[in-house]
Amino acid sequence: MSDEMMDEEGGVVKKFMYVNRKAPYGTIYALESLEVVLIAAAFEQDVSLAFIDDGVYQIKKGQDTSGIDMKNFSPTYRALEMYDVEKLYVEKESMEERGLTEEDFLVPVEVLGRQDMADMMEEQDIILSF
Amino acid sequence: MKFGILVNEGPYQHQASDSAYLFIKAVLESGHEIMRVFFYHDGVNNGTRLTTPPQDDRHIANRWSELAEKNGIDLVLCVAAAQRRGIADDDEAKRHGKDASNIAPGFRISGLGQLIEAGIQSDRLIVFGD
Repeated sequence: MSDEMMDEEGGVVKKFMYVNRKAPYGTIYALESLEVVLIAAAFEQDVSLAFIDDGVYQIKKGQDTSGIDMKNFSPTYRALEMYDVEKLYVEKESMEERGLTEEDFLVPVEVLGRQDMADMMEEQDIILSF
Repeated sequence: MKFGILVNEGPYQHQASDSAYLFIKAVLESGHEIMRVFFYHDGVNNGTRLTTPPQDDRHIANRWSELAEKNGIDLVLCVAAAQRRGIADDDEAKRHGKDASNIAPGFRISGLGQLIEAGIQSDRLIVFGD
């Protein structure tokens, strides 16, 4: 765990990582996780997102939900930048196991090997796993 | 030590809320503090007073209510998740023109900011989910 940082007003700034593990549709985890990230942005914490397992599909380009009567919320990931959420990590093994490459994602990401992702998690104060 | 708790799964369907409850009891028995329990995703279904399990089974909703009453623990249902799943207090029911509320005693409905605050103010935030 990192030492807690203070912001300019003396408030606590912790390292929050949101770990996205599930496919974007089929369950509500991905959508509601994204809602947490958007709300949390107002708290000016040190935020990062990790995409592992089927979670890598959440940021895949070209999502089309017209056949399943659900909203395609993937454009929202592009808005994260406006909320100063810019640290997005994809686990390399999860990506490759699913035949994906960095070019398949609709936002810029940093691809990390499993061990590097574990090290990144080790640095966090709070890990919210969805 | 001060713990924040996140419960992401509904009662009976999934063991997460049982595990959270048992963990909290152990925390309290060990002399530690529970700063807040936040219910998200289907976890909000832990907080309906209409829950009616068979008599020879544990009563998960009542168990939470008793825990809150005895130990003054803050049980918070996410408002957005609760609206989707039909969990309402009197204010929410009135606001949305519903004919009844169903929130269980000891619970309150509030926003996701309460989860982030729990992360910031607790020494540890523990997630119980799938």
